[in-house]
Amino acid sequence: MHELPVTEKILNIVVKHAQMNRVSRVVSITLKIGELSDLEGEWIQNYFNYLSKGTVAENAILKIEKVPIVFKCNRCQHEMEVKKEQLGEIICPHCSNKGDFSLISGREYFIKEMEAQ
Amino acid sequence: MTMEDIKLIEVKEDILADNDAAAKELRQRLKREKTCLINLMSSPGSGKTSLLLKTIEALKNDFRIAVIEADIDSLVDAEKIAQAGIQSVQLRTGGSCHCDVSMVTKGLAAIDAGAVDLIFLENVGNLVCPAEFDTGATKDVMILSIPEGDDKPLKYPLMFSKCHVLLINKIDFLPLSDFNPKLLKERVKRLNPGIEIFEVSCKTGQGIDRWVDWLKKTVSDYA
Repeated sequence: MHELPVTEKILNIVVKHAQMNRVSRVVSITLKIGELSDLEGEWIQNYFNYLSKGTVAENAILKIEKVPIVFKCNRCQHEMEVKKEQLGEIICPHCSNKGDFSLISGREYFIKEMEAQ
Repeated sequence: MTMEDIKLIEVKEDILADNDAAAKELRQRLKREKTCLINLMSSPGSGKTSLLLKTIEALKNDFRIAVIEADIDSLVDAEKIAQAGIQSVQLRTGGSCHCDVSMVTKGLAAIDAGAVDLIFLENVGNLVCPAEFDTGATKDVMILSIPEGDDKPLKYPLMFSKCHVLLINKIDFLPLSDFNPKLLKERVKRLNPGIEIFEVSCKTGQGIDRWVDWLKKTVSDYA
């Protein structure tokens, strides 16, 4: 739902790195986004196309790598991947704990790399 | 142009890093100034403003209070708060779906933050976006009202996982509803075992005292 402000931040970071590396055109950008985020890839691309006009990143393709939701059981330290639909029903397969977990990953908003010329 | 011309640049930057760093800084500043900032989040219509008015009524003799209104439709809310004799600032979020640290900092500039003990930030009514942007608040509090249903932790897990307090509002509606408080609490505790949960009703006043006690303790610990 907040694709626009997030996309603005992506563009700022990408332009900064393009200048640092003295490239004239950014071809693609790889993002790592946690499954817990509600960002829609299609919308990020649409906003990006709009915002990046006239910059070195115009026409760049955004590639999104989803990062799975992983919880750690605070009783037995077992780490488990959880699907978004199962979030209210997490049970540790190792020690049957039902209510004491820490989130290890799934909230990422990360720019991994970009291809440029 | 050939493929060899393309080079791979490692960026490795967190998109929200700027906001997260600013939030951390703001939290430290508020601590120095001994001002407690409570970020209040919920869906539209869950009773944020009513709860705020009820809470202010119970605390206004104990603490110096101010309110930052970020809700898009909140001109009405700001007026109600002002009528209660409380300093309030209306933020213009420009239609934004959430409030971030830069907006909160602007709001704080309009308040004499050093001269108040407790500030409520009424965040934009929405369970998605405010969950992702740290506001720099001391504590995050969310309201879920009975008519919204007990399945909300399954739909908006991030919000439930980041809050320090959950207020289950409109508890007086429970007899009319198939909302299962036990199931809701189980679902929430799995995402966030440390969360405090209070059942409240702004209409009957039920449970407001427990929530107010929690606030008193939080503000006193902070000062």
